[in-house]
Amino acid sequence: MNLVDTIVQGILLGGLYALFAAGLSLVFGIMRLVNLAHGDLIVLAAFLILVLVTALGLNPFLAALVAMPIMFAIGWLLQSQLFNRTLGPDILPPLLVTFGLSIVIQNALLEGFSADSRRISAGALETASLALGPVNVGVMPLLTFLSAVLVIVGLNQLFYRTALGRAFRATSDDAVTAGLMGIKPDRIFATATGIAMVVVTIAALYLGTRANFDPTIGPARLIYAFEAVIIGGLGSLWGTLAGGVIIGVAQTLGAAINPEWQILAGHVAFLAVLLVCPRGLFPRAVD
Amino acid sequence: MDAANIPWKVETRTKASRAFAVAAAIVVVLAILAPLSISRGLLQDLFFILTMLTLAQSWNLLAGYAGLVSVGQQAFVGFGAYAMFACVILLGLDPLPSILLAGVAAVLLAVPTGFFVFRLQGAYFAIGTWVIAEVVRLSLAQWKALGGGTGTSLPSGTTRDMVGVGLVGDLFGMRPAQAADVVCYWLALALAVATIGFVYRLLRSRQGLALAAVRDNQEAARSVGVDARRVKTYVYLAAAFITGLTGALIYVQKARISPDAAFSVIDWTAYVIFIVVIGGIGTIEGPIVGVIVFLLLQNVLADYGSWYLLVLGLIGIAVMLFAPRGLWGLFTERTGIQFFPIRRTLRGGPIPQTDIKGAPHG
Repeated sequence: MNLVDTIVQGILLGGLYALFAAGLSLVFGIMRLVNLAHGDLIVLAAFLILVLVTALGLNPFLAALVAMPIMFAIGWLLQSQLFNRTLGPDILPPLLVTFGLSIVIQNALLEGFSADSRRISAGALETASLALGPVNVGVMPLLTFLSAVLVIVGLNQLFYRTALGRAFRATSDDAVTAGLMGIKPDRIFATATGIAMVVVTIAALYLGTRANFDPTIGPARLIYAFEAVIIGGLGSLWGTLAGGVIIGVAQTLGAAINPEWQILAGHVAFLAVLLVCPRGLFPRAVD
Repeated sequence: MDAANIPWKVETRTKASRAFAVAAAIVVVLAILAPLSISRGLLQDLFFILTMLTLAQSWNLLAGYAGLVSVGQQAFVGFGAYAMFACVILLGLDPLPSILLAGVAAVLLAVPTGFFVFRLQGAYFAIGTWVIAEVVRLSLAQWKALGGGTGTSLPSGTTRDMVGVGLVGDLFGMRPAQAADVVCYWLALALAVATIGFVYRLLRSRQGLALAAVRDNQEAARSVGVDARRVKTYVYLAAAFITGLTGALIYVQKARISPDAAFSVIDWTAYVIFIVVIGGIGTIEGPIVGVIVFLLLQNVLADYGSWYLLVLGLIGIAVMLFAPRGLWGLFTERTGIQFFPIRRTLRGGPIPQTDIKGAPHG
């Protein structure tokens, strides 16, 4: 009974990690770029939503809708002005530039918002819960999980049903040949990062409404996202959801045994998967 | 003598490097004598700079030469520091042998962690090392005998009773605390010089050539019989040893440890990366230049808190985009001067000597 409850909470928490990971997975899948600033961009989006909520008095969900185009623009600009210059066979430039960006965002947020921890208030929704059979489930965690599923369905539809998705896949397979067919890889990459930032905004909404956040928590979110992607196998969005769920369940189980073990248990689960199947549970991409 | 009779010779030395070797020897002698004439505060600053230089050299060896971009070197700084604390507090050893044991402990940690991170390719290796560092930090935070999550201090008087401190104190008439600082400084100096010597020797050896070959083209290197994985593993273990020693030495001087400080990604990896990138990645001179820039920036921006890191990050990004070989790279491009030349040139034989211009490294 208690165990079932713990596992259900873990699965729902996994939805949040899958949201963290979906943007990372998208960007890596299309341009082989590992964005070390991904976690800090999530925190940046959370602060953006916070500002919109406090300054304009918007509902957090509405604020996230307003934040989406802003974050899309930030992603577009980052990719077209910064990241595109680093892409190439050498892995050093993108890693070091995104690592530098991570430090810059963290310290800019520290300067602008101080190190105090914040929270986006979602009103009555925060404490609302539903009885699902034997367990009570919080409405916010449930919404998080459903959003993660929706985001993954949406991204898959985008990838396999639209012209843009075809361009994404073509550029990912062979940017030069795609360029010969009239696709501009730079624009495709910028669009992809923009879309990833929209996903990041959704992740930030739930990050900010479910728990406290401060400017320094970005790197830990990057690590959870990364673990979910690796567990799921590169290139598989549903795998990423599974990876998020595995980390979420490991964390809640670890926390149930000893609260200090929560984070550690997630990492150990990741290492265990890496030990048994180094290419992840559902590998698709060969890279 | 007929030119045709001069035998072929492969050399890496240049005129500038010979002149530099003399200058470097003088600088090292001056650095050894420095504690006799400078203030204690300045000595502690120099200690910090030397340890950062050592960390930067070992990260540069990993990322700049072996292509192993690690963002998790703080794992070995912290583990080395904790191993030293364990030797001193739990085993009652003197700090000096404890530092050596800490280096060994860091290598022992690197064996299983290497097993995991080498399963991750390229960019994912970077985040993999970060995960490992987090796991080590969270695990050591559970070690109640060493203070758990809040950390602990060395027993009072530990550094004052350290091997050599009494001798230095008697020789120069210093108080024990000051003598301890001098001993730590000399250890840091010795470690920095030894690390630079080790890296230089390694790069001029057969293994160094293999390393350069693997970095430039892994497939081609493997096709001529270079075991890429073995070379990389060797570098990973060597970097772990140096980083572990440095971590232990830093914490002998600090005498107070906590998991968050000892495994800080900002202090032990971000600064180090910026030092190497700004100075010039993939060169031995780069980290030396970088550490000087780092020191200057720190003095200018010390009072501005997070602005300091912000500016450092922006400079790092700018350098990576517009001068990927760093400040030292810009200097060598213009002048062709290298203080630690590792490029092999063929001398002698019948062909008249020409100034051979090749790729900047290797």
